[in-house]
Amino acid sequence: MEVKYKKTKGLTDSPLSYCPGCTHGIIHKLVAEVLEELGVLGESIVIASVGCSVFSYRFFNCDAVQSAHGRACAVATGIKRNLPDHVVFTYQGDGDLASIGIAETIHAANRGENITVIFVNNAIYGMTGGQMAPTSLIGQKTTTSPMGRMAEVHGSPLHISEIFSQIDRVAYLERVSVFNPRQVRNAKNAIRKAFTYQVEKRGFTMVEVLSSCPVNWGMTPVDSLKWIEEKMVPVFPLKVFKDKGVENNV
Amino acid sequence: MGKILMKGNEAIARAAMLGGLEAFFGYPITPQNEVPEYLSRYLLEEGKVFVQAESEVAAINMVYGAAAAGFRTMTSSSSPGIALKQEGITYLCGSELPCVISSVMRGGPGLGSIQPSQSDYNQATRGGGNGDYHVIVFGPETIQETIDILKEAFDIADYYRNPVMVLVDGLIGQMMESVDLTKPVKKRFLPEKDYAANGTKNHPGERHIINSLYLESNELEHHNLSLKKKYDLATANETRVELINMNDPDYVIVAFGTMARVCRSAIEKLAEKNIRVGMIRPISLWPFPSSVFETMDAPHLKGILCVEMNLGMMLTDVLVANNGRHSVGFFGRAGGVVPDPDEVVDAILHFNERVVK
Amino acid sequence: MCKPVNIRVAGFGGQGIMMFGQMLAYCATNDNMFSLWVPSYGPETRGGTANCSVIVSTKMINSPVFTNADVLVAFNQPSLEKFKEMIVPGGCILYNSSMIHDPILPEGVRGYGIPINDIALELGTIQVSNMTMLGAYLEFSELFSDATAEKVLEKYLGEKKAHLLGINKQAILRGREALRALKG
Repeated sequence: MEVKYKKTKGLTDSPLSYCPGCTHGIIHKLVAEVLEELGVLGESIVIASVGCSVFSYRFFNCDAVQSAHGRACAVATGIKRNLPDHVVFTYQGDGDLASIGIAETIHAANRGENITVIFVNNAIYGMTGGQMAPTSLIGQKTTTSPMGRMAEVHGSPLHISEIFSQIDRVAYLERVSVFNPRQVRNAKNAIRKAFTYQVEKRGFTMVEVLSSCPVNWGMTPVDSLKWIEEKMVPVFPLKVFKDKGVENNV
Repeated sequence: MGKILMKGNEAIARAAMLGGLEAFFGYPITPQNEVPEYLSRYLLEEGKVFVQAESEVAAINMVYGAAAAGFRTMTSSSSPGIALKQEGITYLCGSELPCVISSVMRGGPGLGSIQPSQSDYNQATRGGGNGDYHVIVFGPETIQETIDILKEAFDIADYYRNPVMVLVDGLIGQMMESVDLTKPVKKRFLPEKDYAANGTKNHPGERHIINSLYLESNELEHHNLSLKKKYDLATANETRVELINMNDPDYVIVAFGTMARVCRSAIEKLAEKNIRVGMIRPISLWPFPSSVFETMDAPHLKGILCVEMNLGMMLTDVLVANNGRHSVGFFGRAGGVVPDPDEVVDAILHFNERVVK
Repeated sequence: MCKPVNIRVAGFGGQGIMMFGQMLAYCATNDNMFSLWVPSYGPETRGGTANCSVIVSTKMINSPVFTNADVLVAFNQPSLEKFKEMIVPGGCILYNSSMIHDPILPEGVRGYGIPINDIALELGTIQVSNMTMLGAYLEFSELFSDATAEKVLEKYLGEKKAHLLGINKQAILRGREALRALKG
């Protein structure tokens, strides 16, 4: 009997700790498959951040370093500068990256640290129980914006990829999502490109992935995927913001 | 090689390189700027890693990353900057990662001043990070001693898989003194860094995970107890103290760092007045050399005077170590003032006015 | 030398105060003595007045700070006024008589005025006034030989400033002569 599909070697056998219907699992799988396909699992080091993905050090089948909240890119810098031929990546949520860790992230990008950042944006703090994130949408109700996010009080959703697209030393930057199979395939291509560029030592690469949080959004998994498509994508358009590989070919 | 004249901060940088420094991460702050300035040239010349981080917080987390990957790494800062590093320090302790931190103290609180001070004694020995942890802290008194300790600091950090801090005041950082860089350092057996997260290709079949998260209470307590064992070992083996003039003294001064040097001059002046004053000079501030207070043989002792460039921080350790045996007094200057020997002489002459307990 | 010598050097920023102090410390290190140089640092070094202290000793130096100096080297009037009372009994002041005229010195303190600006300008640049004062101090203290001073100076200036070695050496010489004349 021919095996058509099997679990990637990029993930351990540890059961995922994510809630039912959450798309973290899909994103984990895509990253793990890419690492396996590129044959770099043995030289990969994942920096787990603080948030729902705090346990990602258990799931990715490579060496792992758990970092303080927001500091993943600083930790990655410390590792990558010493191990320039290794594959070093962070896996961070919107609270970790866009709020408390924006300084570390933006400066790692500006230094052109040759690392890959997987930025999972689900517009909410999941781990701590559904508080407002920098990327929460206008009107979005959270436990700390019970009347809905108001621009004049809370500011507007922070467009991380748009901001980072202005940084010279960013080699590759794309926003993708995983709300349907076509988007999942796109996301994997983006992740593959980011890691390939890292292997080719082209500089800082980041993939922003619009993700769901059924529990804290108070929706079914299916409605959550619809919400990404209908509500998040118009605010956070899916596109390639920067691709130095293409620019160099022109 | 003979002696050379070196600035304290540059000596810190050079000594760290002699100690095997492979990766430095720092952020500018007075009065320690010559440390990163020096390393930005000479460490890079040796093909090693130097990064000027975007903040002290980032710098200590870069240190965390470099230590996680198994490299000898260091950061340097001064008071408000060390305050910012506390987050990283507790993670390093929790994850059992070695590193060296040089802390060049200035006056506080807040932005304070940039003049020399010892008012970060509590910050260094108690720490501001969360959780049950200790940093091994040394408080050298000369640039020479700073060099000797720094050369050994990476070994000590590696041995205990714990941060080691070298705590000096801004005066030691800014002054120049003739030093010998070639003094030999005690060697100790260091096991392989079999924890380093440097890719499973370097350790097939075994994932290395650097982590300080233990959500189960009993698991975390187990971790806490194992850390404590390590700290007990460090207390037994790394406590360092110099005893000066301790043959039947009338008074005993307790002082560290620059203050101890000033007190040495005061002790000479007091000897001219036929007042015998000894000194307990803690070299390790954590672990604090409490046991010498128990074994002290001073039948005619009138009191112990704790002298600091702050308003009484090490005093707490002295009071605990003294355990009510002798009368304890305190003399200190704050805000960046370095008292001169005559002020210490005066404090001994008027010891009764200085008694705390 | 049975006792450490405590020297305080003070003047305007830009007069070469720090270099003067460091030269002494380097000379002591060169001659296998103990030496310690402490700068004033921080905002006051940006413009304003600058001062540093040097301790030279044949034995381990204890206190790195002192209140009363054995010798004050004052490059301008404000520095003299600020520090002239902080001198040990029987101490001494070397001052820049190009800028300080008829100073009132504390009782029991000897003063030597050397017109270092004038001498330096005669040599061609005001920038060597500090080395003129160093020459005077070397003559006064008899601590270090010309050979030591020249060796240290050469190192201090390095390759980049090697072309300034000649004029600096001349300045030291002229400073020595000036002090010798005062001593009589």
